[in-house]
Amino acid sequence: MVLLLQYTLTFASVLILVALGGCIAEHSGVINLGLEGIMVMGAMGGALTMRYLPADVPNVVMILGVLLISALVGLIYSALLAVASINFKADQTIVGTALNMLGLAAATVIVKAINTAADPDDVSSVVQYATPKKAFLVDLGGFEFSWFMLVTFIALVLVWVMLYKTRFGLRLMACGEHPQAADSVGINVYKMRWAGVLISGALGGLGGIVFITAGVSEWRFEYGVAGFGFLSLAVMIFGQWKPLRIALAALLFGLFRALSNVYMGFEGLASLNLPSQVYNMMPYIISLVVLAFTSKRSRAPKAEGIPYDKGQR
Amino acid sequence: MKKNLLKNSGVQSLIASLVCIVLGMIIGYVVLLFINPAGAGEAIMTVIKNFFTYSKTETQMKYLGSTLVKSAPLLMCSLSILFAYKVGLFNIGAAGQYCAGVGLALYAALGWNLPWWVCILCAMAAGALLGAISGLLKAYCNVNEVISGIMLNWITLYLVNMLLTLVKEETSPYTYHISTVNPAALIPSLGLGKLFTNNQYVTIAIPLAMIVAVLVWIVLDKTRFGYELKATGNNKNAAKYCGMAEKRNIILTLIIGGALAGFGAALLYLTGFEQWQCSTSSVPAMGFNGIAAAFLGGLHPVGAILSSFFIQHITVGGAYVDKTMYCAQISDLISAIIIYLCGFVLFMKHAMNTGIARREEKAKAKLAAAEEKGGDQ
Repeated sequence: MVLLLQYTLTFASVLILVALGGCIAEHSGVINLGLEGIMVMGAMGGALTMRYLPADVPNVVMILGVLLISALVGLIYSALLAVASINFKADQTIVGTALNMLGLAAATVIVKAINTAADPDDVSSVVQYATPKKAFLVDLGGFEFSWFMLVTFIALVLVWVMLYKTRFGLRLMACGEHPQAADSVGINVYKMRWAGVLISGALGGLGGIVFITAGVSEWRFEYGVAGFGFLSLAVMIFGQWKPLRIALAALLFGLFRALSNVYMGFEGLASLNLPSQVYNMMPYIISLVVLAFTSKRSRAPKAEGIPYDKGQR
Repeated sequence: MKKNLLKNSGVQSLIASLVCIVLGMIIGYVVLLFINPAGAGEAIMTVIKNFFTYSKTETQMKYLGSTLVKSAPLLMCSLSILFAYKVGLFNIGAAGQYCAGVGLALYAALGWNLPWWVCILCAMAAGALLGAISGLLKAYCNVNEVISGIMLNWITLYLVNMLLTLVKEETSPYTYHISTVNPAALIPSLGLGKLFTNNQYVTIAIPLAMIVAVLVWIVLDKTRFGYELKATGNNKNAAKYCGMAEKRNIILTLIIGGALAGFGAALLYLTGFEQWQCSTSSVPAMGFNGIAAAFLGGLHPVGAILSSFFIQHITVGGAYVDKTMYCAQISDLISAIIIYLCGFVLFMKHAMNTGIARREEKAKAKLAAAEEKGGDQ
């Protein structure tokens, strides 16, 4: 039971971080379908940091370093989306999809190149981080508390305050609802959208590193992040683009994802003798059903996905 | 007045695609230089050459055949995406529809011992069913087809793994060979394999795929149905106002798209070229590469034939690079860069058009000035 709680919170952390990223990008008016690729890139940055920071650095340095690099890599990578979709008015769906494929391929190529350079016989795309990962975990009587959970909580509060209580956040949301109106009162829509995409990139990168450290101590980068970028978008839609609702939705989805890791521990579930693949499918099935019921009355930002053109009425 | 060749949208698409390819290759080359400058030039040439790395013509023909065998399913996936895109839908679910096609084609062949053409129909039905789910969700529940597509991709992957575990070899994670269990399920070659130095996997699948590409072109450009679909894509509300059943059109489009992707899966797996690995942990890349092929082909079925072959060509070529220095994924990287650049195609066309317009205006102004002068005399 403790294990279930632990995994639920871990996976919910991933979903909250990434969904908040998607939510900020969409509030600024850009649909970020590239979150999956951004997660992979952020995860790669974090994993390599864990591997190359000397093992004897204090835990604080390790934690902050990994968080910082993951967020930074995600942020830089998301600039590719920003420049294409904001400045060049490219189709956001194509560019987002390209970023997903590019992130997966780039991470695989980079990690393989590093592995092969270190050891010519090693052609795998695996990064191991069993020891450095311990810096992130605190044992609370069987429950493995991870600092990532705290980071997620802080991010959630910060995003909420930013969106609803600061001038910047309110202006950002105006750009996603009616960019022409925002422009007419002197807000620079292009800048705001850039900010929205970059923040979503940083959050996506953080989500990536949390995802690959959940329950495992090595990652094969060919695998990507198993659709979590898109699950997060489903969480965001279910949460109606509102941070607190997103958090609740993420807990629900996290629970179903966690079940596939720990169902063997429950006698009731284990005795059903379902193949593990049924549990693997669960989060995706749930999200389809949930989307079917919630998308009809969706409160999506009105101008999302439409490139802003100054000259247009 | 002479018509400017550059004004032709087909020519513009071709130029834009070539720019994407060249830029993609250059960026790929730079990446290789970063990894290991020693063999970068050779590696990028290997990717471009693919089967030409073999010196004997017979071997070249044989591996050209193998590239073609894998181009046929890619062409179908790109048609599936292109078809839906014309109607304003982004069918990223093609990957899952392809996966479903693999599942049903192989199960029909190995589990039910059906002949090849029935297996193909089964695969198409499976893809169409998935497409229908996405379409219904889009039309009636307003669910974004990209997100529902991705969810269905993963659900399908796990379902197909479960289904094909029933027909897998006991000692390996792979499904049975079709040629030993049910040779009647192999797509007939009709002597085509002989043309490619007895490559047994070259079958009528390849010409079939090309015929379907032409059919898709005819349906989209020459029929009332295609016109209605494109009208729905351009403006859903206007189409509805004109009395077109816009919901039906959305669902039908995704059904056809799904059937195309499923058909593609059957075209590959029913040649016996590959077996399905029942512990596959990610959705097959074929559907995603189809996106690259569709956009690189300028969203035209005939363009898709060429771009599918090109993408498959460099993907297979990637397998030949020197593994001690680089990895095969370098081709995936190049095709991903190419799709990213395809996002800029609209901008490139816009730039070309404004360039032409500006030049024409200048010419006109000159002409007018000359005429004025003439009037004075």
